[in-house]
Amino acid sequence: MKVKLLFFAGFRDVVGSKEIVREIPEGWSVLDLWNDIADRYPKLRGFSKSIMNSVNREYVKPDRALKDGDEVAFIPPVSGGGHA
Amino acid sequence: MHKIVSGQIDKDEAVKAVNVPTSGAIVTFDGIVRGTSHGKKVLYLEYDAYSEMAESKMEEIVKEIYDKWHLKDIAMVHRTGRLEIGETSVFIAVSAPHRAQAFEACRYAIDRIKKDVPIWKKEVWEGGEEWVGMQSEDN
Repeated sequence: MKVKLLFFAGFRDVVGSKEIVREIPEGWSVLDLWNDIADRYPKLRGFSKSIMNSVNREYVKPDRALKDGDEVAFIPPVSGGGHA
Repeated sequence: MHKIVSGQIDKDEAVKAVNVPTSGAIVTFDGIVRGTSHGKKVLYLEYDAYSEMAESKMEEIVKEIYDKWHLKDIAMVHRTGRLEIGETSVFIAVSAPHRAQAFEACRYAIDRIKKDVPIWKKEVWEGGEEWVGMQSEDN
């Protein structure tokens, strides 16, 4: 099955593209996909604990099962925080 | 009204959108690009957003404000792209019958936007640049 992956901000700089389509095995979770991407782009690995995941524009947990056609984004830490 | 825009934010339009016959107070928040960050002189900022998701997250915030204060006349606009020092990156206007609720709800809105809405900023300074948040963990 195919899923669409979106990259933003610093992650887009690492991956070098805003959007990629990946063919993945049935039954993969969001975490499986993240591990696969982090293997391809080792610079992302360090963010495993700080990312949020979204599927079809909703935040989801890493164990969320993926379906054909899902739009997945690994959300880097957002720019909020202290100094507003 | 809640949206992501790539050009200058029209603040008058946002304020007018929330000025209704039940309004007694309109509180606005104007987020400005600051020229310094951690002691460094910032040249400009660049914002990136997951626009479709950001807009749906903003809609959720509007609903939360309705649940908490029964206010529905709220405008939130965030800009993306390159922004110069002194420009507005985010603008919020909250209208309420009385000022206390308008102040509270406006504060709530900006805090929620900063925490949960997928928008990122890159600081560009003399000799370098960095996406804020990307310096965490072992990177």
